[in-house]
Amino acid sequence: MIQPILTALGSVWEVFLHLFHKRETIQYPEEKVYLAPRYRGRIILSRDPDGEERCVACNLCAVACPVDCIALQATEDEYGRRYPEFFRINFSRCIFCGYCEEACPTYAIQLTPDYEMSEYLRPNLVYEKEDLLIEGTGKYPDYNFYRIAGLAIKNRDKGQGDEEEPPVSVRSIMP
Amino acid sequence: MSETLVSILTVIVVPLGALSIAAGLIWWERRLLGFLQDRLGPNRVGPLGLAQVLADMLKIFTKEDWIPPFADKPVFVLAPAVVLVTVLMSFAVIPFAPRIQVVNLNIGLLFFLSMSSLGAYGLVLAGWSSDNKYALLGGLRGAAQMLSYEVFMGLSLMGVVMQAGSFNLGRIVEAQAEGIWFFIPQFIGFVVFFIAGLAETHRLPFDLPEAESELVAGFHSEYSGMKFGMFFVGEYLGVTLISALLVTLFFGGWLGPWLPPILWFLLKTFFFISLFILVRAALPRPRYDQLMEYGWKALLPLSLVNLLVTGAVLLATRSGASS
Repeated sequence: MIQPILTALGSVWEVFLHLFHKRETIQYPEEKVYLAPRYRGRIILSRDPDGEERCVACNLCAVACPVDCIALQATEDEYGRRYPEFFRINFSRCIFCGYCEEACPTYAIQLTPDYEMSEYLRPNLVYEKEDLLIEGTGKYPDYNFYRIAGLAIKNRDKGQGDEEEPPVSVRSIMP
Repeated sequence: MSETLVSILTVIVVPLGALSIAAGLIWWERRLLGFLQDRLGPNRVGPLGLAQVLADMLKIFTKEDWIPPFADKPVFVLAPAVVLVTVLMSFAVIPFAPRIQVVNLNIGLLFFLSMSSLGAYGLVLAGWSSDNKYALLGGLRGAAQMLSYEVFMGLSLMGVVMQAGSFNLGRIVEAQAEGIWFFIPQFIGFVVFFIAGLAETHRLPFDLPEAESELVAGFHSEYSGMKFGMFFVGEYLGVTLISALLVTLFFGGWLGPWLPPILWFLLKTFFFISLFILVRAALPRPRYDQLMEYGWKALLPLSLVNLLVTGAVLLATRSGASS
């Protein structure tokens, strides 16, 4: 009979002492939580060190996306370099899983530690290529797909890439 | 002439003051609960978040006031008013300071007890008229809880009445001015009344009529808009009322040094309101049978023993002084 009363009073006292504990609240707009460098937030499209779009419109991100929020249309410039005609991410569907980043063969699509993208109107959450494309290289400053890909492209023929040997004639048996 | 003016002013100021204190409690409870849970509570709207009260009121006034088509309409509308009116009526008999009292009833304590019993009707009618099984269960629980806790709520106060020799709340405070504050000789009475008060206002450890985790929102499941707001304000008014009564009956009402009497009264009441919130933050809700068992098997005998001992002691010390 006495024991439960004492424990009840004890818990009242314990809770009272919490008045003098440290507050756990982070007052959001003024204070912000620490975000890890690999935090998965707003998705961007990066450029290579030469300032060209990295995206080659291979559609792997759209295939990997579990909620189908990525839509793009591939096209080519006059030198045969592929790029997306449009690239659209619907952030009202995106779950920030990062599969698109994992699937991307050219490090073009990347997730950034930014989550402040609320909108009053739902259509405003659909980001077009202009909104997604950034000026920098993102997480991989030196990577340039076309420099190591072995493809003939503007200003670079076959065999002119980094650590790339000149092409071998397949009809010759003596390299 | 000035006498009537003062009483008219009191009649206007007391309910308004009670209502604004109850509204302020919306903020204070959320803030204090936040502090007790290592949070900050609402601190955004206005200085210290005080305008939260205004924001909440604005919100609740603009909510859709919906009466379910299956409800018993007149009773459904009446029930929240019953809760609010009975609690507000009880404020009439509370002496805030020597002259500040709406009516100086010589049976003030009985008036309060009867009003709080009537308040139970609000719950029962709300539960019944909603035509909803959860509301009905909540209403029934409310009725049973009020009935069983009402019994020793009254009995726990009889010790105070015997010591003061009056049912008049003003006289009870004056009796404490002569001797010691009643919470020392009537400590058991104080504890029992505090617990009964928790049950009476159906505050958290004893909020079985509402019991969010079991009964949706209990008796006011179907209520929305200002009708829900009236239940809400009624609950906060109840907390204020029980705190004011605890102060009046056990902690010497307006008595205290240096400060003006009304300030002492408000300070003490504020302390007990905060204690109510602290208890809410700390204790879990008992099971329904535990609540009943606790009431009938522990608190009722305790208050009866308290009554007997008080009577015996009074009889022995001043033979037949209080009639």
